[in-house]
Formats: sequence, structure tokens, C-alpha cells
Amino acid sequence: MRRVLVANRGEIARRVMRTCAALGIESVAVYAEGDSDAPFVADADRAVALGGRTAAETYLDIGKILDAAAVSGADAVHPGYGFLSENAGFARAVQDAGLVWVGPPADAIAAMGDKLAAKDLMAKAGVPTLPSARIGAGDEPDADVGFPVLVKASAGGGGKGMRVVHRPADLAEAVAAARREAVAAFGDGTVFLERYVTGSRHVEIQILGDTHGNVVHCFERECSIQRRHQKIIEEAPSPAVDDDLRARMGADAVSAARAIGYCNAGTVEFLLDADGSYYFLEVNTRLQVEHPVTEAITGLDLVREQLRIADGERLSFGQDDLAIDGHAIEVRVYAEDPAAGFLPATGRLVAWAPPVEPAVRVESGVAPGSVIGVQFDPLLAKVIAHAPTRAEAAGRLALALERTRIAGVTTNRDYLAGVLRHPDFLSGAATTAFVEQADVPGQRRPTPDELGDAAVAAALAGQQARRAAARTLATLPSGWRGTVMPPEHAVFVSGDEEITVAYRTTRDGTFDVAVAADRLRAKVIRCEAGSIDLEIGSRRLSYGVDTDGRTWWLHGPGGTIRLDEQERFPETRTEAVTGGLVAPMPGSVVSVHVAPGDAVEDGALLVVLEAMKMEHRVTAPHAGVVGDVHVSVGSQVAGGDLLVVLGEPS
Amino acid sequence: MPVLPSLIDPASDAFAANAGDMRALLTDIDGLLAQAAAGGGEAATERLRSRGKLPVRERVALLLDRDSPFLELAPLAGYQTEFAVGGGAVLGIGVVSGVECVIFANDPTVMGGAMTAISIRKLLRALEIARQNRLPYVQFVESAGGDLRGLTGKDADEALRENLTHFADSGRMFHDITELSAMGIPTVSVVFGSSTAGGAYQPGLSDYTILVREQAKVFLGGPPLVKAATGEDAGDEELGGAEMHATVSGLADYLAEDELDALRMCRDVVAHLNWRKLGPGPSLPADPPVHDPEELLGLLPADLRTPVDVREVIGRVVDGSRFEEFKPRYGPTLVCGWASVHGFPVGVLGNNGILFNDSAQKAAQFIQLCNQVDTPLLFLQNITGYMVGRDYERAGMVKHGSQMINALSNSTVPHVTVILGASYGAGNYGMGGRAFDTRFVFLWPTAKIAIMGPKQMAGVMSIVRRGQAARRGQALDEAAEAAITAAVEDFAERQSLGLYATGRVADDGVIDPRDTRTVVAMALSACHSGEVRGARGFGVFRL
Repeated sequence: MRRVLVANRGEIARRVMRTCAALGIESVAVYAEGDSDAPFVADADRAVALGGRTAAETYLDIGKILDAAAVSGADAVHPGYGFLSENAGFARAVQDAGLVWVGPPADAIAAMGDKLAAKDLMAKAGVPTLPSARIGAGDEPDADVGFPVLVKASAGGGGKGMRVVHRPADLAEAVAAARREAVAAFGDGTVFLERYVTGSRHVEIQILGDTHGNVVHCFERECSIQRRHQKIIEEAPSPAVDDDLRARMGADAVSAARAIGYCNAGTVEFLLDADGSYYFLEVNTRLQVEHPVTEAITGLDLVREQLRIADGERLSFGQDDLAIDGHAIEVRVYAEDPAAGFLPATGRLVAWAPPVEPAVRVESGVAPGSVIGVQFDPLLAKVIAHAPTRAEAAGRLALALERTRIAGVTTNRDYLAGVLRHPDFLSGAATTAFVEQADVPGQRRPTPDELGDAAVAAALAGQQARRAAARTLATLPSGWRGTVMPPEHAVFVSGDEEITVAYRTTRDGTFDVAVAADRLRAKVIRCEAGSIDLEIGSRRLSYGVDTDGRTWWLHGPGGTIRLDEQERFPETRTEAVTGGLVAPMPGSVVSVHVAPGDAVEDGALLVVLEAMKMEHRVTAPHAGVVGDVHVSVGSQVAGGDLLVVLGEPS
Repeated sequence: MPVLPSLIDPASDAFAANAGDMRALLTDIDGLLAQAAAGGGEAATERLRSRGKLPVRERVALLLDRDSPFLELAPLAGYQTEFAVGGGAVLGIGVVSGVECVIFANDPTVMGGAMTAISIRKLLRALEIARQNRLPYVQFVESAGGDLRGLTGKDADEALRENLTHFADSGRMFHDITELSAMGIPTVSVVFGSSTAGGAYQPGLSDYTILVREQAKVFLGGPPLVKAATGEDAGDEELGGAEMHATVSGLADYLAEDELDALRMCRDVVAHLNWRKLGPGPSLPADPPVHDPEELLGLLPADLRTPVDVREVIGRVVDGSRFEEFKPRYGPTLVCGWASVHGFPVGVLGNNGILFNDSAQKAAQFIQLCNQVDTPLLFLQNITGYMVGRDYERAGMVKHGSQMINALSNSTVPHVTVILGASYGAGNYGMGGRAFDTRFVFLWPTAKIAIMGPKQMAGVMSIVRRGQAARRGQALDEAAEAAITAAVEDFAERQSLGLYATGRVADDGVIDPRDTRTVVAMALSACHSGEVRGARGFGVFRL
């Protein structure tokens, strides 16, 4: 194996390429049009443009990827996770093309790809499973599994095509929606039902098998902190698994792997109930997003093992050689808004910089200037802390997140830090219900003093920048007045709060500042592009500063504060259309359920939007009569675009 | 270039006493500046705000580039006159969209922005600054029109005289605005309120007009006058509303939705002027003086009797305190030399005593040298006059004084003058006085400006009275004479104070000595908006 084509993008592509380089193997990137400037393309030794913008046109197009392998002279293909990683057809096509497939045998993928068949297989092998039912062509389940029930895509993963249904009346629509999502994400609309267990934990076992029949497990990972069935925090080991349970689950996972003739890296997912009983969910026949926590506690490089196994080598260790070293936690930093139901966020990443300290592992696929669009998963980075104890790992990771410099795109960073500091998380008691139950702020809520300090820093950073850019009277004292004139001022908005900072330069170069009811003396110690150090009274404050237009991000103690500076001369505003329902995010319109003149009930479905492969229902906030409908099926909308005007009931 | 030493002792009692006196003067001036800024008072300002309008100083502040310096001029116009301190208007030089402009703004809280004799004087000064320095001119118009109150005064003759003066004066502003336009100096009017009768020509004669919707009213005659003149009933909006002018008459080039919109438009207009200054601009390092400008407070004694080395002032004003002195040993009562202020090269002339024959000749030669190399002049006045007495007259004092005044009058580089202390008689003229087309004249609070010193004046007049009495053969009542002399001295003293002059717009304002460097730099920068070119013709005469 001399040259590996990585059929993926973002952080995982970089991750795979890094190990390739360490093993002396060249890497080849393939990329969609929107990714032409992405870091993973630059990291690769060679790169091939796939042409096209959507996943279907690029990373899901087997023909294009095989052509790229031929063009670049690759002799192996690593699929990463997602996209074609669990596509048995792709695995076969790769091997048929004479290339090494870095993954499990195509048959094993196929066997596990149908989740229902996989469950049956496991049940036969003696692994416990949850009751489930198929859905036939008539949309009727073939067995009663009770409620609540989870609608799942058979070919699914990553929470896509998944719906919890609490009432029989909602089932048909959930099935239809899950099907549409599944088709869009995996090209396969088969869905099934599974009994939904609330308050359980998600625990999975990492397995490794070589082509010589050796299979080991690399202990468990717990991934209970999920939103919309998608993991956001993962750790190893699980605080709910003791040595005995670990041994039993590990043994079941190894026998599951043997039952299907598995080799290479894979993950057996279990649902762990409060009473310690566990049920098989599925096998992920690929490298998992959260594999770094396992690497941290075992010292293994799982991608290295994958490549060695694919090359036909034997595992260089046995089960007894593996031991758990300390505790590792990973968070997934997504471009999304936790305060708005974790809806995906888009935009240009104005700043992205992990902290120098504390030491954490960062797997990121982005760089400053990266544009986070609607085409692909909005994962910005994974940050992993490894420490002797779980508490230390959580604390270190929370601080690392707060010190991470992110600007330009709304993220779940503050939320993640909030979870890591939450008592229920720290006690190890959190289950998959944590996100719904715990009150963790979606964004940091700075105190009035923190907000005031940040506003003063932003105002003076702006002042310094304007003076530095001035071409007329540039060397004269900033804002000098010989008579009585109003002070300079800057007005910022943070959430619902408006903060006015008024300031005057004094004769000794310091500033008389008024913010809220406080009169302060501020002194700029140093101000460069991207940072300001200042004294406010006797307190020394240092901020990283990022700006985009009139938006400021102040990175300081406790994390980042975003401030929107008000326009000095506001544009004369056009009146908002009353009763207008706007798109909660950018996306495309999947279906429109109303027409002008329709009378609708409170909660009636108006429009379905698709963004990031997820469907979002726009419903009537009150009963009324539909006025104008501004979109039709297929319309592309930006966040805030008007969709439908809903009037009062007639 | 050598750095000036400082020989003063800031810890001395004399220094402390001087600084104390200076601070007391500055406190008084701060009070007057606050009074000027208050305009027509709190109630009038609140009335303005309640109508959605901004006070004049907020309008001006919003027009300026953020964090840029603003040099207000004649802020105490009207002081010790019958008119409000400030003259009902704000005048200054400020940076708008990167361009230094002259800004003149009516204060509607002061008699509705009515134009008085003082505000007319201030307006004419604004236009003069724009003209002399080639600075774009922006005016904020909101004026009830001419101040007609004089007509109801008790003394009909006096009122008529005032109004005649006033009326004649005000005509000049129309001439000057159009002259600016013809000289290639753009003029912009933003009309925030009434602009009636003669006032209507302020926007009318401007290159650009911005009218605020539902606020600006521009007409030759308002509804009452129209009714009186023709019997026609007409509303003010249809007579001269902003919308009418924007859509029907064409008087308005820009129709602003509100005041902020108008200010934004005004900034946009200035931004598109494609303005390029014709002067070379700052060309030298602009490092601060090595000696602390704070010490300027303690240099001059309030009574002006103790001599002060003007180099101590220069060393606290010019870049890096660097000063290359010209002919230091010849005519030492006038210090001449080269320096720079915020990077603008200047030839500095500062008094170290009375002007003698040699010092006058040195000045004439130095002024010629500065003209030869297009270097502006900075005069630092502390002068009781040209020397009198037999020996000096015989040595040609009038001739030498004439050489200096000739050189000054025909110098074409910009002149900026700061009057530090005494400014008496011909000394005021020869050292870049206002009458010599000096671009800017500023006063320290210690400045005293008069035909001669008050004591000398009282003395001269007493001698004259004694002569008259002697000719008539009358005995002089010594007690009465002493009282008259004291009264004359007191009156002359009061009239000689800087504040008296500044109240009459005889200068551009009293400044805090510590701001001298900033004020001079802004004045020089304004001068550089026009061409900076010295007189040519003859070689430099060695005098």
C-alpha cells in the first residue's frame, strides 16, 4: 500500500491522512466544488476534483471516486465515516477495481447494513435485542412493539432518518419523513420500528479483527449525550460500566463480530438500561467519529490498525495486552444553535483557533475563512481531553472549549462546556435523556459586568483600529476636543440587551468611560490586529478580538462574548410583514401544505424544509387564514426568508 | 536637529503660582465653554429632543469621523456682549469622511437659531476660513432668520444703527458662499429646520442641499408673510417643505427621512468630493515633545511682567522638542528657527522681549527664507511693542519695523499665530496679527491685546489731559485726575483681556496652553488643504 485515496472530507479525511503520512503512505483527497479550498485538500499529497456540489454528486458517487483513484494512481481506498463507508456496493467496487479496501468485508457490511436482519442475526447468536417491527409497503408495522417507538432508517446512521413517536396518530407522518430523510442521506428509504427506551445509556464496544481470525475489543465508549439522536459528547471508559459488565459486553461484541466474519475496525452498539441489562442495537462497520477516546485510553492508533489489517497483517497484540489508561472525553463542536433546538447554523468562520493550553487533541476540518454551508455535516471539530480521572478530563476539556477561539458561526461550544460542568454529567448519572432534561444554556450568559467589560474592550479596539486607519490628522490625539462636545460612543447589542459605551480621551492618553451606570478609567496597554490588552480601573483584561462587519467577538475569561455594534446611521427600516413565518434556517423547501386562502388550525403543518439532510416542520403558531405563500417545492431559502403569511382567523 | 533644553524648575514657587493662576483662568473658561455648549438651556434642548431633533453639538459630533479630532473655533463668540455666549452657532474644523471641512451649524435652542450680529460675524469667519484654506464647507441650517429684536429696543437710533450694520453684514454671506463654489470649494447645506427669507439663500446658494423631511422649511416668505403680502393662504409644507423641494422645486438634492439620514447623506456627499489637499501634508516625524506640555501651565506669570524664554514654550509644542535656531546671537529678542508640529514643517518666530532694530531685520530675513522654501510660519506672541527712544529712532527703527511688516504682509505661506501673553500695538501687527491675513489666531488665557499697555495708555492720556489743562491755564484736580487715570487703566485692562477679544470674534478662540501643539497642528493641516507656496520675485535680502 503506497497511496491511499480518502473518500471523505473534513476532519476525518485529515485524520486518516495524518496516519498515512506517519506510515510513509501518500494520501489522495477527493473534493466537491465547495471544498476546493478546504484544509483536507491541502493536507493531501495529491487531490482530485469530483465536480458537483452535493453529496450525491460527489462523495456518494462511486464512479467518480473510482475514476479519481485511477487518475491519481491510488492503490487503496479509506472511506472514513459516513458517505460510502458502510456501502457494501462501494466496498465491492473498490476491490473489483483492484484496490485495497480499508474496511470490513463487503458481506459483513451488507449483513449489518440491514439493521433488522442484523438484529435477527444477533438474537440467534444469543445477544439480547429490543422488540422491533418491519414496515411493509402499506405503511403498516408487521408487529406491535408498543409506544414510545423509534422510527429508524434501516441503512441509517448519525441520527438521520430517526424519529421518536409517542402516539399512534403521529406514526404515519414520522414514517414518511424518516423515509424522505433516509432516501436523501443513504439512497435507501427502508425504515423500521424499535421499542424506544427512555432514560437509557448508549454504550458501544470498539472491536478490531484481522484477516487471520483474531478479534479483540478495545473496551467501551459511552455516547449518551445526544441531541436529535446524534452524539455530541463521548467518553471512554463509561462511568456506568464496571469490569464485570465490560467483560460481558466485550465478549458479546467479539462473538457478534465472529458471527458475521468481521474483520477491520468496527463498533457494536448497545443500549444499556438503568438496571444493567443491555441490548444490541447495531454494528457500525466503519471507523467511528468518536474513535479518539478509545485511542486515548488504549494508546492505539485505530487508523494505523485499519491500514495494517487491510494490508493483511496480523494484530500485533491480544486482548490481554490491552488496558485502560485514565479517562478520555470527546466533544463535537458543531455549527448549530443549541438555543434554537440545535438547528444547523451556517456562515463564514471568521476565526478558528484551538487553545495553546490546556493540552487537548483537536481534530478539525476547518480553518479561518472556511464557509459552513448547507451541503454537508456542520461538524467543525472534535476536541478530546485525556486525563488520569474523569473529573480532570471534563474540567480540562471545558476550559479548552472556553479558550477556543471561534467567531463567525454560531456553535454549540458554550453548550458543550456547560454540559461538561453540569453536576449530572460530572456525577456520571447522565443518560440519553440528559439533553432534553438538563437546563444547560445554549449560549453563554455573561454577567452584566462581563458584558460591560467586553463592550468597553470592543469600543476601544474599534477606536484603536479607526485611528490606525485614519489618513487625515492621523497622529493627533484620538477624538480630541478643545470645547464641550458629546463623547464618542459605541452601541452594542447582546441578546436583548443594549450596551452603550461612551468614552473620551483624556490628556494622559487614558479614557474616561461611561458604561451602564459606571464611570471608569480605561487604559489600552496594547492593541494589535486580533487582540486587545487593557486596564479597566485596576483590572487587567486581555481579549482576543474578531470582527466581521459590525459584529464583534471578544474572547476572554469564561469564553466568547458576541456583540453586534449598532449602525451609527441605521438604514431606514422597511416594516416587517405582520404574521409572516420565516425560515428558521437556510435550506430547501420539501413540501408546501397550504395555499393562499386556506383556513388552518393552530399547529397545522405549513411547510417542510430540508437542511443538512434533516427535515424541519414549519407549523402554524395560531389558527388563521393563509395569506401569501412565498415558496414552492424546491425553493432555496435563507434563514429569515419569508415563507408564508398567516392572517387572523376569518 | 538639536533638541531644546529646558531650564525651568517646575518645583519652584513661582512656577506653582503661575500654574495656579493659569488653572484658575482655565476654570473660568471651562465654565464659559459649558455655558456655550448649553445653548438655549436645558428646557429648550428638551423641547428640541421631544420633537425628535438632535441638539446641534450631537449633530456635529455625528457628522465627524469617529475618533477624529475636532477643532472648534470662536466657541466664546458673544462673550460680554448682549448676545448669548457661543453666538448661537457651532463653528469648527472637523474630519468628515476623511476630509477636513469647515462646519458651521445653527443652534436652534438659541433664539430659534436667529442670526445676530455675532452669529453673522462667526458665519463670515467660517466662510473666510474655508476660502483662505480651501476647505470644503458644510453648514447645518436651522434658523428663525434675522434677529429683529433690535427694532423694538428703546433707543431707536441705536437699534437702527445695529440693524443697518447687521443687515449690511449679512449680505456678504451670500456673496462668500457662491464665491467658494466658484473657487472650486464645494459647499453643502443640510437643512434641519426653518431657513426663511434671506436664510433660504443659504441652501439656495450651496452646491449640495440635503433637506430633512417634515422638518426643513425653506421659503422666502412664510405663511404669515405671504398672507400679509398677497393675502394667499398657504401651509408651510406646500410653501417650502422638504418633500416639495425634493419633488417639485428641485431646491433639495437629497431628501432625508430624518436627521440621522441627513447626516449620513452629508457624509456620503463629502466622501464623493474626491477631495485632494494641495499642500504637501506632514513630512517629518511627529513624535511628541521631550518636555512635558503640562508644564506650559506654569511658564507665564499672569501679570506678564517677568520675562519668559519662549524656547521653553517651543520645546513643549514642536516635534521631539527639536528646534534649529536661526541667528541665535543676532537680534536675540526675537527667536527664529525651524521645527515641525505633528510632522508639518514650520518656521517659528517667538518673542523674547521688545523688538529692536536687529530683531526686526532678523524677522524680515527669516520670513523671506521660509517663503523661499514654502514653509508655513508659526508666531508665538509675547510682545509689548517695537522699541521707542532717540537712539532707536535714529538707528532706523521705523525702517526696520517696516521691513518686517513688509516681509510679513507679502509672505504667501500660511501664518498661524498664538498669543501667549502681551500683544501690544504694532507688535501685534508685526508678529502675525489678525489684520495680516493670518490663517488662524489663538489666545492663551494669559493673552492681553491692546494698542498699548493699560498703564501706558492711562499714563499717556493723563499727560494729554495735563497738557490741555496747562494750555487752558486751568489747575488740575489731582485727586480727580488720579481717579480718572485709575479708571482708564482699569477699563483698558478689561478691554485688553483675551476673552474680550474672543467674545468679538477678533480671534479663533482661547485655548488651553497644553493643547497648543494639537491646535497648531490642526490649523497647519487645514492650511495644507490649499496650496502652500511662498512668495517669489527677489532673492532673499540679507538684512
